[in-house]
Amino acid sequence: MMSTSSRVQLPAGKNVAVKLGRDDWAMRGFIALIAIYLIIALAFPLYAMLSKAFSTFHVDLSQYEFQVSDESGNFNTESITAQALNENTKIYEEADLSTGSGGRLSVTKFFPDFSFRSPVMYKVRGVDTNAVFLVGSERHTGPDWLELDSNTFRRVVLRPVASTGLGNFSHYFETPALVRSIKNSLWISAISTLITVSLAFGFAYALSRSCMRFKGVFRLIAMAPILVPSLLPGIALIYLFGNQGMLKAMMMGESIYGPYGIIAGSVFFTFPHAMLIITTALAISDARLYEASESLGASSWKTFWTVTIPGARYGLISAAFVVFNLVITDFGLPKVIGGQFNMLAVDIYKQVIGQQNFEMGAVVSVVLLIPAMFAFSIDRLVQRKQVALLSSRSVVYQPKKNSRFDKVCFAYCLVIAIFIVGILAVCQFAALIKFWPYDLSLSLVNYSFDLMDGGGWGAYQNSIKLALLTAFFGTIVVFVGAYMVEKTQGFKTGRSLFQFLAMLPMAIPGMVLGLAYIFFFNNPSNPFNFIYGTMTILVLCTVTHFYTVSHLTAVTALKQMDDEFESVSSSLKKPFYKLFYRVSVPVCMPAILDISIYLFVNAMTTVSAVVFLYSSGTSLASIAVLNMDDAGDVAPAAAMGMMIFYTNVAARLVHAIVSKGLLKRTQVWRAR
Amino acid sequence: MVDVSKQDQTFLKISELWKSFGNFVALQDISLEVNEGEFVCFLGPSGCGKTTLLRAIAGLDVQSRGEIEQGSKDISSLPPAERDYGIVFQSYALFPNLSINKNIAYGLENAGQSKAEINARVEELLSLVGLPDQGKKYPAQLSGGQQQRIALARAIATEPGLLLLDEPLSALDAKVRVSLRHQIKELQRKLGVTTIMVTHDQEEALSMADRIVVMNQGVIEQIGTPIEIYRDPKTLFVADFIGEMNQIFATVSSHNTISFGSKLLECIPHGFETNAQVIATIRPEDIIPQGENEQTSAATNISENSLEVAIHDMEFLGSYWRAELTSVDNGDATLNANFSMNAVRRMNLEIGKSLRIEIPADRLKVFSRNELVH
Repeated sequence: MMSTSSRVQLPAGKNVAVKLGRDDWAMRGFIALIAIYLIIALAFPLYAMLSKAFSTFHVDLSQYEFQVSDESGNFNTESITAQALNENTKIYEEADLSTGSGGRLSVTKFFPDFSFRSPVMYKVRGVDTNAVFLVGSERHTGPDWLELDSNTFRRVVLRPVASTGLGNFSHYFETPALVRSIKNSLWISAISTLITVSLAFGFAYALSRSCMRFKGVFRLIAMAPILVPSLLPGIALIYLFGNQGMLKAMMMGESIYGPYGIIAGSVFFTFPHAMLIITTALAISDARLYEASESLGASSWKTFWTVTIPGARYGLISAAFVVFNLVITDFGLPKVIGGQFNMLAVDIYKQVIGQQNFEMGAVVSVVLLIPAMFAFSIDRLVQRKQVALLSSRSVVYQPKKNSRFDKVCFAYCLVIAIFIVGILAVCQFAALIKFWPYDLSLSLVNYSFDLMDGGGWGAYQNSIKLALLTAFFGTIVVFVGAYMVEKTQGFKTGRSLFQFLAMLPMAIPGMVLGLAYIFFFNNPSNPFNFIYGTMTILVLCTVTHFYTVSHLTAVTALKQMDDEFESVSSSLKKPFYKLFYRVSVPVCMPAILDISIYLFVNAMTTVSAVVFLYSSGTSLASIAVLNMDDAGDVAPAAAMGMMIFYTNVAARLVHAIVSKGLLKRTQVWRAR
Repeated sequence: MVDVSKQDQTFLKISELWKSFGNFVALQDISLEVNEGEFVCFLGPSGCGKTTLLRAIAGLDVQSRGEIEQGSKDISSLPPAERDYGIVFQSYALFPNLSINKNIAYGLENAGQSKAEINARVEELLSLVGLPDQGKKYPAQLSGGQQQRIALARAIATEPGLLLLDEPLSALDAKVRVSLRHQIKELQRKLGVTTIMVTHDQEEALSMADRIVVMNQGVIEQIGTPIEIYRDPKTLFVADFIGEMNQIFATVSSHNTISFGSKLLECIPHGFETNAQVIATIRPEDIIPQGENEQTSAATNISENSLEVAIHDMEFLGSYWRAELTSVDNGDATLNANFSMNAVRRMNLEIGKSLRIEIPADRLKVFSRNELVH
């Protein structure tokens, strides 16, 4: 036989063109539709933000000319450029000329003896057509002279010219107050990560390797922080260690407002994320390795370092980067408890809301994107390796009773549980006290949200509405998108573009996404401008913000289904949607329910993205917590925060009951 | 029932078909005709392209070049839903959340039949595959073999013109496999549906197929009935892959003889030139023991085409003995032979004894040594 090496090539000619069936077109249509959704809700806003960060505005004085008449209105003198005038008068510094997009430069200051009552006349023109000036709100360009009396002349302002460049960035890096935030953000995130991952590892280790009691209760308590906004621990810490805190003495003169508070709060709200990842990593460790190590006479200390840690290393790395990302992109906590201590996410808020400096907000966003993107990519890389470990056939480790070790584990978990429950209890306590620390009687006065700033009970209702809408539409969009991209044949470019777009939201901090939405949707020339300030944009933004994890959940469930279902179904001449609703959806129902509760809980607690997008009619409970705290109504803020907590607990309960009922009906086939 | 008049009519015609995945060419210039009602097996080692070819016929992975005609209609570029076939996969691919009844009825539901008609058809199919009364169960409640029979019932429910089986038995236990083999073959004969089965198991192919397509590295090595493939392999690959085959280095002496050490042996006539270096092949069961050397030399009707060998090793395999023989005429050559229990007892064969064996000329086939490179 001839050797048929890979040198064999196809005969010349075109590939057989496959005639696409109705199903193929429909499925591609769906992919395109959801890809367009992601492009509008993600790619375009990000692009708008980036271009904002790189657009600079500068008033070019050499492009304007003036002429001044004598008191009888005769123009006898030569015309003079604004640049020359400025050199004479030194009115404007270089920094004054580099303004924002809304910059306006008054011109009367160039003429020291200007008086709006004087009979002197002024002429003004732009040397080229780019030079724009306003008379009142009337826009003028071009080299034709415009003659104005003094009274009108004082209403003349010069407008900057837009160009693309790194000007904003150099300005940013020349401002020490802003640059300091980079360092602050990095080291706060690093320390929080170190503490959280160590604590979570101990907790996960106790859960998976000991025979202690109440494991289920501990697991439940450890998950509680997921159900509250990240700024809630900040409020509790203020009650405990703040200026009038119950345990202020324990701070030994240090202030909780600043790094200590941010780190303690970050550990609280990131703890469940780290614990989940590490528990999964420990669960896949192979019992046979422990038996081998034991039979070789290794001490348990040595076994820990040679078997446990290497086995869980990907989980640890992944947990570290997830926590780092959560802390560095979080806005609520440092806003509440950061005091004068600046972090990147708060800078974005301050620049945009406080100073209305959108360009600088965009610049800080770009700076924040870098570590977030980096942490995200490392996490993805490591996750892929973890999956490879998972697929190997391992024997599940069964812990043996060891009363001393079990007691140590129990004590450790108890301390952590007390910390978590304590934080929540302090908030609840604070909410019920009439006026801390002067009137300690119990009262519901702090629940009269309608009397406070922040949106009142309406905000709470809005939050529930947002959470329900996000859960409903988000689940549909995410699952249909994941199904189409997993089950469509061919169409490789389209599918990989879609995959990229679906992964992107996880790398985008909420603040950045929210700001990007302002730039994109608040633009009057955008046809989608009408959704700005409505509930729709909040739903859109929240679905997009939490798209990636939902998408991955759906993809994992879909991957577990036999690839040949589609082949069988099409050979039986069934359209794809029949298979979709008769088989794919019922089989994936557990994952679908998980996605919806994930979206609901996050929509209830999210602050960062929506803080830029709510309007007076669409304020949210989580935003109300922030605003009431800002206004000094800390107790009502705690009360509202706990309302979010109870709502999420109730939602989880409903989810559990519905899942059980639904699974009983749709998943009979699972039971043998 | 099989329509006799239709038999020997070409039902599926594949012409000059190529398939590549990136730079890798998985199928090269495949041409093949399958007759109406025929059971054809694609047989070959893993990676030979047999499943790729099946998926091209099904429209699941469309070929890069070439044409496929089914029932004299060009289906080359049609999507799966517009082709006419039923398919069964190794993984069964039963819908886990639908009962057995619903699984079988799945393809019937859009054919415009009434509920009663569908139910009757499902009943009929269930008894056809020997699983009546199982319809209310879910797939997970059935054994692997039962699930595969349900998958088969689902595939033939709509009476497709072509039945495609992609390694349907590979996931099953050895015993279930043998019994299901017979059931599938019987069902196919009864329905007369043209069937293509992909398998890497030669026993399956030999016992089930009307014709076998032996494939290797993306090309068809040989097409023929099981007996043709076994008795008369056209290439050394086929000879080696199907059954067992002794391979001996030899030199051509004439158009029908080869020299093997000092020995001249008559073989099947071939086209090689004199002195060409070749490989002579013979199956172990074709080697005939003629008794111990002293006895046979005295006997009168010994064959000219024989070798003197020593019994190096003997292994009892139940119904016969496997003997490992070393040639006396050519020291380093070894041959495997299957000897009947009778022959071993009658001739008193033991390890260490020497023996004369007959090599029937019409069973000794010669191949080029170039074919070894694969």
